[in-house]
Parts: sequence; C-alpha cells; structure tokens
Amino acid sequence: MKQRNLISSVESALGQLRLDRRSFLKITGVAGGGFVIASVCPAVLASEAESESAASETDGEAPVVTSELNAFIKVSSDGKITIYSANAEMGQGIKTALPMIIAEELGARWEDVEVLQSPVDESRFGRQGAGGSTTIPRTWNQMRRMGASAREMFISAGALVMEVSREELKTADSKVTHGSGRYLTFGQLATLAAKQEVPDPDTLTFKDREDYTIIGTSISGVDNLAITTGLALFGIDTRVPDMLYAAYHKCPTIGGKVNGANLDEIKTMPGVVDAFLIKGNGNVRELLDGVAIVGTTTYAVFNAKKNLEVDWDESQASKDSWTEIVSRAKSLAGSRGPDEVVDKGDVEKVFADPDNTTLEAFYEYPFVAHLCMEPMNCTAHYRQGRAGEKDTLEIWLPSQSPTRIHAAARSMFGLKPDQITLHQMRLGGSFGRRTSSEYICEAIEISKRVNAPVKLTWTREDDIHHDFFRVGGFQSVKGAVNSEGRLIAFEDHFIGMQTGGRAVSGSRFRATEFPIENIDNAYASKTMFEISTPCGPWRAPGSNTSAFVSQSFLAEMAHAAGRDYLEFLLEIVGEPRWFQEGNIRSLNTGRAADVIRLAAEKAGWGREMPDGSGLGLAFYFCHAAHIAEVAEVSVDADKKLTVHKVTVAVDVGPIINMSGALSQVEGAVIDGLSTMMAQKITMENGRIEQSNFHDYQVLRIPDSPNVDIHFIQSDFSPTGLGEPALPPLAPAVGNAIFAATGHRVRKMPLSEEGYTI
Amino acid sequence: MSEFRINVNGEDHEIDVEADMPLLWVLRDVLGLIGTKFGCGIAQCGACTVHVDDVPMRSCSVRVADVAGQSIRTIEGLAESTHLHPLQQAWIEHDVAQCGYCQSGQIMSAAALLARNPNPTDADIDAAMVGNYCRCGTYNRIRKAIHGAAGLMAAQYVNAAEVNA
Repeated sequence: MKQRNLISSVESALGQLRLDRRSFLKITGVAGGGFVIASVCPAVLASEAESESAASETDGEAPVVTSELNAFIKVSSDGKITIYSANAEMGQGIKTALPMIIAEELGARWEDVEVLQSPVDESRFGRQGAGGSTTIPRTWNQMRRMGASAREMFISAGALVMEVSREELKTADSKVTHGSGRYLTFGQLATLAAKQEVPDPDTLTFKDREDYTIIGTSISGVDNLAITTGLALFGIDTRVPDMLYAAYHKCPTIGGKVNGANLDEIKTMPGVVDAFLIKGNGNVRELLDGVAIVGTTTYAVFNAKKNLEVDWDESQASKDSWTEIVSRAKSLAGSRGPDEVVDKGDVEKVFADPDNTTLEAFYEYPFVAHLCMEPMNCTAHYRQGRAGEKDTLEIWLPSQSPTRIHAAARSMFGLKPDQITLHQMRLGGSFGRRTSSEYICEAIEISKRVNAPVKLTWTREDDIHHDFFRVGGFQSVKGAVNSEGRLIAFEDHFIGMQTGGRAVSGSRFRATEFPIENIDNAYASKTMFEISTPCGPWRAPGSNTSAFVSQSFLAEMAHAAGRDYLEFLLEIVGEPRWFQEGNIRSLNTGRAADVIRLAAEKAGWGREMPDGSGLGLAFYFCHAAHIAEVAEVSVDADKKLTVHKVTVAVDVGPIINMSGALSQVEGAVIDGLSTMMAQKITMENGRIEQSNFHDYQVLRIPDSPNVDIHFIQSDFSPTGLGEPALPPLAPAVGNAIFAATGHRVRKMPLSEEGYTI
Repeated sequence: MSEFRINVNGEDHEIDVEADMPLLWVLRDVLGLIGTKFGCGIAQCGACTVHVDDVPMRSCSVRVADVAGQSIRTIEGLAESTHLHPLQQAWIEHDVAQCGYCQSGQIMSAAALLARNPNPTDADIDAAMVGNYCRCGTYNRIRKAIHGAAGLMAAQYVNAAEVNA
C-alpha cells in the first residue's frame, strides 16, 4: 500500500480515537515512526456518535465550532472533517469506501477525515442496511451528491469572503482555492458554509475520473486501529451498566415446542440469576420456544446451559433428512421437473440428432453454514415505562438490516420506532447471516422478562444448529455440441428447496442463468422439495452453487467436443452486446469476454503443465460483476489437492478502495475454496448433525492459495464486490482437477470425493 | 467461588470467580477486556488467543484456577508501553482485517511467533498460525503483515519515543 495512503489512513484512525475522549485510548502524537498512545483506561462502551458529543462538552481547550453541512458531513473550525458511514460494516469495507466517495467530491484531504458510524435514522441517512453487494451501486450517487453539495456550499462561502465569483474557485486538499493562489481552509469557512443555500441536487456535477485523488487509491480500513488494539467495536463487545448475560436454548429439532425444563436446578447453579421458559410466536425469524438462562457472566449461563434438561414436544418439528433428500433427488436424474422455467428453441430436436454429441451429468451441493467468527449476539434493554410513560427499548445490534427489527418490535412488543433506539455495531462477519431478527427478539424478550439490560450470546453450537443455511440442491444437466464442436443446446433440471411453498433463498433458478441467454436451444425446469430447515442468503445466493454446475458442465461439454475451454467459452459468450441494453445488472458479453481473456492471459493459459497439475477456468456473472478465475492445482496419488494459485480478472467498473477491493476478491477465493473443500451441513430427523469447528472445518493458513487479482476499471458505474468473486472459484478448481487428473468433480464438498488439502 | 490473583498486562487483579471459569470469560466479563474474542469455546478457532507466561494459549479452554499467579498478556497489553507493537502497525499498513473479529487472536499468535523467531519463513508462519481461523480469508495478508512486522523490528523502526501526554 502506498505510504501516503498508509499514513493518511493511520492518521485517520488515530484521529477517530482522538475524538473519543471517553474511550479507551488517547493518541497524542506520532513519533519515531511509531504511534503513541498516551493513556489506556477501560470505559463503558458509548456509541461513537455519543462519544463525540461528550467530547465537545468536556473539552476544556479553545472552543472548536462544528458545523453540519449535511447529514453525512460535519466540519470543525480546527479543520477536522467528520464523515458518517451509515451502513452496516461486516468486513466488506464500506465504512471506509463510502466516506472515500464523499471526501473525493468534497475536495477533502483524507488525512483530515474522521469516519464515524452514524446513528440509525433512515429519515436522515437513507436505507442503512447492507447486503446483496448493493451498497456501493445503491449509494454511489447519494455519496457523490453529499460530497458535491457540501463542496458547492464551501465554494459559495469562499466566494463571499474572497469577494470573487464562484466560478473562480475550486476545492482540493480541504481548501477553497482561487486561481490566484489565495485560499481559505474548510475549517475557516465551515460556519459560513453551513449557512449557504443547499444546492439543488439536479445542478450538481461530479468530478471526472482522471481528477480523482482518493477514489481508486488504497486506504487502510478506518477501524483498523481499534481492531488491532482490541477496542470495543462488535456487538459482542457491548457492555452497559447493570448488564446481565444470557443464553438461550432452543429445540435442536427446528420448530420443537418447550414443555418444561429443570429450571429449579438451573437456578441454583453458580452465577445464575434466573431461568425461565419462553413461548415463542412460531416464526423462526422472530422467536421460537426455548429456555432462557440469565446470569452474571457468559460463563455462568453457558455452563448452566450444559446442564439443562428440557422436555421438548417435537411432534410438529422438522423431520428433514439429508439422506432422504439425496435419494429423492437422485431418482430424478435425467428427468424434467414439473415447473418449466425456460423453453426456447427445440432442445429435444437437437438432442435427437445423431450428428450431435449429447452429454448428461448430475451435480450435487450440500447445505452449508455461515460460521461468522462472531457468534450471533445482541444486547437489549427493555425499560418499562413508569407512571404512564411509554416503554422504551434500546438495542445494540450487529445486523445487516438494523431497522428490520421495527416490524417485530411492533408486532411482538407493541413498540413503535419512536420508542426504540438502535445502535449499529460492527459485524464480526455476516455473509448474509445477520438479516433475520430472531437473536434480537430473543434478547428483547429476555431483557423485558428480567427488567434489566441483557447481552445474549449464542454458543457456537447454537450458531451452527440454528443457522439459516445456504441451501443444498441438485441439478441434472444435459447439453449438446454439433459436429463443429459448438454448444447448441443446454438443459437443466433444477432440484431445489422450498418452505411453505416458497423457494428458500438461494433456491431460485434464474431464466438468465448462463449460458441460457447465449444459445438458441435451452430448456430449464425445476422440482422443489418442501423442507423445514431454515435457509437464508449466503454469500452470492444461488450463484455460489449454480456457477459450480454450469461452469463445470460447460467445461465437460468442451472436453466432449475435443476443444479448449477458453476458446469454447468465448464462443458461447459471443460478440460484445448487452442482453438488456443499458442495464448494468444484465450480462454484457463484451465485459465477460474481456475478463475471461485477461484471466487466461495472466494465468498463462495453454502452457504445458507437469503431470498431476492442471489449470481450470471459470467465468460467472452475478451482482452486476463480470469475473473470471483460473485455478492452478496439483493432485497427488492420494488425492491430496494443492491449489497453488488463483488468477482473477474482475470488472465491477471503477474501484473505490483498491485495498478493500483486493481484500474482497482474495477473501472470496479463499472462502470459496474453504467451502468447497470440506464444508457440509447434514440433518437427520430434523436435527443438524454438525455442532462446532471440530466437525465443520474452515480452511487454515497453510492451505491458502496465492491469489493474483486484475481489475478492468471500465467506465460503467461501480458495483459491489462482497460476493461475486466467490462463485467462479469452485468450478475453476473443479476444472483444474479434471485437467490434472481426468477426474470430473460433480459433487461438493471435495472431501466427499476423497480429496484432502 | 474462590479468590484468585492474576496478572493481566502487568496489572494484578484479585478476582472472586468459579475455579472452572475459562480465562476468556474472566477477561471479557469480569475485567472488561473485550479485545479477546469468543469464537468456539473448544480451542479450535484461536479467536481467544492470549499469552500465559509468554506462551500463546486458547483462553476459552484454560481454567482461571490453572493460571492463577501467572502473567497474562492480551491484545490490550500488546502495545509496548505507549507504542503500538510492530505487528499492530503492520496489520494497519497491510490493511489485513476484513470483518476484523479474529484479528486480535491472530495478532497474539503472531506476537508469540516473533518473540521466539524474529525472522520467520512462510513455513514458520503457517506452523505458528495454523490454529487461527479467519472466515473472511485474510491469510495471505496475515503472512505479509508478519513479514512486515519482522522487518520493522529488524530495522528498529519503533523508537522509544517520549510520551507526549
């Protein structure tokens, strides 16, 4: 990372702490290349926004006047620029990237910028959730408008003071500068700027890309100092006065009702304050039946939980069986499903033509867990209103969608949004997991029952047993190449899962699935199995499994045609064109071909590989991202797999934070490999069979491949990168294993096929 | 309940807790040192790594009774006096963290490695860090940052600067 950026980002992080006078650290200077911390004192957590106001109240130095330019930007007379980051940060980097966009349009020096998590207030900040790799595309113009609007207000203020016309002024380096060289700093102008008319958003213009000084550079994450020194950031770090700790034990079989438990015995255990049954509302995303244990430490409640004996009524609970699901699915191989999704051209005619080569295959992928490193948790304080006052609720929540709790709070607890204060905490991973409200509802209910603030923490076993899993499934696929070796037909029978008649997240087969749009003859149908096991979004839902099927099977077709997959794939992609003109979320074959060629070139596609080694190529389009990956692997006689390198070419338009973008791609590749290697959730008689990291493994550092990343920074508007680099990894590795060994992988995880890493 | 004396980051603490309470929960819930993270509770993920008499240990699986009288160092005490540890600097420089949750455990494992091997190879790093999971997949940057910190230490990059309090 560039030194300038390093220094600026570190200083920014230091500045953020400097602001927080009540917090743990006080940074007073930078000396000798090290960072000096003046004092270390524990403190009760205060949200960043609260700390700021406390700082100004207790500040005994010369008065610093802070002016608000808009909801996202405050500038102080000492030159400090505060930018609020309003969306949920879960490791995808938007807490740094979004303020970079604002700072760019404002004309700020990044060194002057301090980033704070905003309060949760969608009337001020717009939608504050994050997910689906949508935050960057959704807020790109909003962030630019915020920055540009404040910039114009500074220019108006500068014009008044310097007595020149606005047209003669520009902003850069946190200053308003005149062509003559005269300038005024943002700090000097802040009070006046805040009084200027807010420009009409339609009149705002944005910087040209070639003038960027912040966007596209590498900025170290704004929370990195706090992360590396152990400051409170995450939901699980919340500590509030008089807080109690809670555990919640739900039926291991989803949907089981609680009849009773050995509560009297549990209440006598050390550190236990209370234990009680909770009757839920039957909604798995809100509140299921269970046993709550409240105590003086997390240990007290976890320890007591181990001694729980619960009488469950499992008569209406899940009976799901993975063994049965697999066997039913396999019986459907080669058939068509009852629901037609796509029917174009005439695949049957193509398949019946003896001059064509036809191939069939059956692919399988399991349920997998989210396994966020920070287990589900929430701190809630339900205050009963006294003497006719309304009840109030304060929640410290790590959630991708903080305001989603409003609906449940209203229906379950009768609370309106004006009775609720939400504190958005950093998420220790999410990957789609923290979009449901049950861990929040559990904390609220327990707090209400004990009339005290409560931090609910799930054990890792709770976290795995009660996940909303990435759904497993199957695809029976068929294709044909003609005598020239060209793909002319593709058919897919998608076997997915539904609950209550509705497809679960990740089990929606898309009619635009590659290569359906690209060829003349395609047919797709689906069969849906009814299940009770909860499923939810998991990093690139649907795409993370469909990419494995389609890109593996197309490589099978290329092999059947005796052709190189790069050439075969580019032929399917075809001439540069949109499938929906101008719709950035539709496949653009020009962008696709460019990333495929770039990944192949950078990986040295076509070179001679030693015995037992191979290259595998895959392309996938999702979340508006065009991404191609080439895996280089070797496999020994014992099926020990080594992934030496993964080369990735990405087109998501201009990159906002280069360091963050590289992280997302590298992380997605490693996460994808981790998942395809050995991860599998199974259930029998409704119970999840895995429980912790000993039987559900994550890739470890020695097995982490080298990842070589190349961006095509096209002129399309920027889109998100949290998810789309994951789907191409599995087929790239599968295709590389085939190149190395001649063995075709049609089932994940690889451990089921005898591979180790 | 029993009384124990433990030394955490150079400070003595008298605590009155269950003898079986894991050190992790003593640190987090009793002493308020929340930098050490809970990940699995069975010594599989490394998020709770601390040093006990300079040895990296999984604090979720160490009973407080077994570390009474010993010196414990946590992420909050890693900065030497008032200077960030070279690993903390390198972690910021290389922008290692994604979600960041596992990183205090990663840094504590790395700190124990550098204390005994100031110039580790990739293989040394892999061996020392194999017990620390990162679901976000920051492993390659972790390697780079450990090499970077080793370089900082070798160059005596960190001077004993005066505290400007």
